[in-house]
Amino acid sequence: MRRLVAHPLFWPLAALALLLVANGLFNPGFLALQWRDGHLYGNLVDIANRAAPLALVSLGMTMVIAVRGLDISVGAVLAIAATVAAWTIARLQAGGAGGLLPLFAAIGAALGAAALCGLWNGLLVVKAGMQPIVATLILMVAGRGLAQLISDGQILTIYYAPYAFLGNGFLFGVPFALFVVAAVFTALQLLLGRTALGLFVRAIGHNPLAAHMAGVRARAITPALYVFCGASAGLAGLLVSSNVASADANNAGQMLELDAILAVALGGSALTGGRFSLAGSLIGALIIQALTTTIYSIGVPSQVNLVVKALLVATVLLLQAPRFHLQMQALLRRASLLRRAPAKQP
Amino acid sequence: MSAEVLRAEGLGKRFGATVALDGAGLTLRAGEIHALMGQNGAGKSTLIKLLTGVESPDVGQIVLDGRVIAPATPLQAQHEGISTVYQEVNLCPNLSVAENLYAGRYPRHRWSGLIDRTKMRADARALLAGLHLQIDVDQLLGSYPVAVQQMVAIARALGVSARVLILDEPTSSLDQNEVRELFAVMRRLREGGMAILFVTHFLDQVYAVSDRITVLRNGAPVGEYLTAELPQSALVMAMVGREVATSVAREQTHAAPSDAPFVLEARGLALRGALEPIDLGVRAGEVLGLGGLLGSGRTEFARLLFGLDRADAGELRVAGEAVELHDPADAIALGLALCPEERKTEGIVAGLSVRENIVLALQARSGWWRALSPARQQALAREFVALLGIKALDIETPVGALSGGNQQKVVLARWLATTPRLLILDEPTRGIDIAARQEIMNEILRLARQGMAVLFISAELEELTRLSDRIVVLRDRRKAGELPAGSDGGQVLELIAGNT
Repeated sequence: MRRLVAHPLFWPLAALALLLVANGLFNPGFLALQWRDGHLYGNLVDIANRAAPLALVSLGMTMVIAVRGLDISVGAVLAIAATVAAWTIARLQAGGAGGLLPLFAAIGAALGAAALCGLWNGLLVVKAGMQPIVATLILMVAGRGLAQLISDGQILTIYYAPYAFLGNGFLFGVPFALFVVAAVFTALQLLLGRTALGLFVRAIGHNPLAAHMAGVRARAITPALYVFCGASAGLAGLLVSSNVASADANNAGQMLELDAILAVALGGSALTGGRFSLAGSLIGALIIQALTTTIYSIGVPSQVNLVVKALLVATVLLLQAPRFHLQMQALLRRASLLRRAPAKQP
Repeated sequence: MSAEVLRAEGLGKRFGATVALDGAGLTLRAGEIHALMGQNGAGKSTLIKLLTGVESPDVGQIVLDGRVIAPATPLQAQHEGISTVYQEVNLCPNLSVAENLYAGRYPRHRWSGLIDRTKMRADARALLAGLHLQIDVDQLLGSYPVAVQQMVAIARALGVSARVLILDEPTSSLDQNEVRELFAVMRRLREGGMAILFVTHFLDQVYAVSDRITVLRNGAPVGEYLTAELPQSALVMAMVGREVATSVAREQTHAAPSDAPFVLEARGLALRGALEPIDLGVRAGEVLGLGGLLGSGRTEFARLLFGLDRADAGELRVAGEAVELHDPADAIALGLALCPEERKTEGIVAGLSVRENIVLALQARSGWWRALSPARQQALAREFVALLGIKALDIETPVGALSGGNQQKVVLARWLATTPRLLILDEPTRGIDIAARQEIMNEILRLARQGMAVLFISAELEELTRLSDRIVVLRDRRKAGELPAGSDGGQVLELIAGNT
């Protein structure tokens, strides 16, 4: 039991389980899963599916935070990728292209653009030596402007059936977006575990100077991680724009950067770098989506739902804080002493 | 002899397993400038921390004006009359000079309780006039040069009716003229009856301004001397160890490799402000000792060799080929290794395990794609843990949990795992106990015998003469001379102190 509690994923998982169980109590049908028309349905599937874009962005965010970085431009990059995808499809369709060509062209163009954004961020941080929060603030502000240049200030609607599959399709009865998240997670986990990349990332995050002096080339690794972070935001942009069949340069991925940072923190990664958990960040993203769903399902008035969300987030973070655990233990010990004390007196 | 103001006796302080101070003492007299000397790690900083209430002594006592005091905080020490000016000016550059002087103890209006700015300015001017410093007290402190800021820091320290003024490395960021200014102020304060403790590592400044010197070595007192009666070479000898003068060179356990090829050769290698052009070569199988005091250019030279800084003149050859190093990774690829002086910040990665720390450099050299197998990593880690006698629970223990000596061994293991051609050791034994020191040294000699070249940087003469095949001494950022195998400590000392 003690070892179970000490596991870094214990508290994030406990928080998620608690949220889901609480929902189940409020709303008896909440945890039910159904198989209808060859698809899996239910609130749990819905939460996971809606969490997919945030989960992807959180994975990217985890990697930059692991090397003491930060990327607050992910929301803007998501909007750029979505817009590029919609624009590419519209252009190719206007040119008479059919079949799956527009699909693959859109994916390639959107991911390419997002990766470029990541490269820009990475170079500002490593070559120009800017503070990550400042470096990525530039694209956070300018990115939506860029996206609007492409979209000409319009919300681009996508009239192309194959593209809808990314965000709405099912594979083996399960939403396709979940496969995307699983694939990125698995690939990243393998890359970090089977190569030396994981070791280098942790070395840089824990002690950049010592890593440098041991020959770890942080100046190459760090930009690559920003590229990955950008690309994962781009992938999220594809899912989002496919889901709603349009690209809104202004509003797609609003405040996503904050949710992604929160997911990383909820998952138990150190925001100071070095110690990180990809699985934790996935759970963090699920917690955030579960919170949102909870707030809607228990019918919190929309004016106060941000306040409720903030309270719940604070509770979850508190539950995970080692310091809070110690204080609670001390409090319990004192309480039990007090209970025993009167018995000793004559 | 003037009256004794402060006497510290038998002060001892341990940090974990490290003995920082062992029976150190000090006597300060009114109207005297007293220099505290010692090498890195001699215990100067710890002694000052005890006097100023930053730390409490484990044993020993501090007597001020005949009364035993035990300051628990710097503020208490200040109230007792012991004021300190630290190396880094720790005032607020964004406040005015007057505000800095009175921060935390502003003069107040009698009725309203508001800050009396008029009085504060007048007091500030009067205080600075006492130091012959005429500056606008309303200007932001940050707009003045460091030297003036230092004076303000001193004025602030004096403001609280100080009996003892401690100046910790006050001259390290000042130029010649500013140092003279500072000395003038110190002399004026001395005439006013202040007892001043002056900590520095510049020998000439000690002789320029101090009346008396106390020397510490390895946390213990070596002696108290009158400056006028202590020649410079005797001072250096006291600092680095008296026994060195008679210590013999290392036993020649293998033929002097005077005909072995150069593994590394520097020709006129220089970096403006850090190192004057230097010629130096290290042969295979040779332990080349590099001596000199702090600031003589030892560490700067090592940084150039390892691609941490870029030389702006001269040439570097590794195994006969001219090379340009842009990054430590370049140096490592050529078979160089550097055990840095700052173990905690530049050496270990505290959050990683012993195993991960040991394989880090080797893995970095093989590239990120070709990961060493877990079995290989464990085998390597176990091999070096056994070889160097690293004491850890197991190889998955975070290095941060190990003692200093064991951490140093882990860093050494990291480099030995890369089987380097040239191992640069920058003060490898600093801050670690004697047993660990001996083990590290033995291993280095063994590897040298197998053909590895070693550049051994140390301020400890005894170590230097015992281990080196040849000794090069740096002084004032240039090569002061070179001594063959068999030289004794006295000869090295003469070069270091500059008596030749």
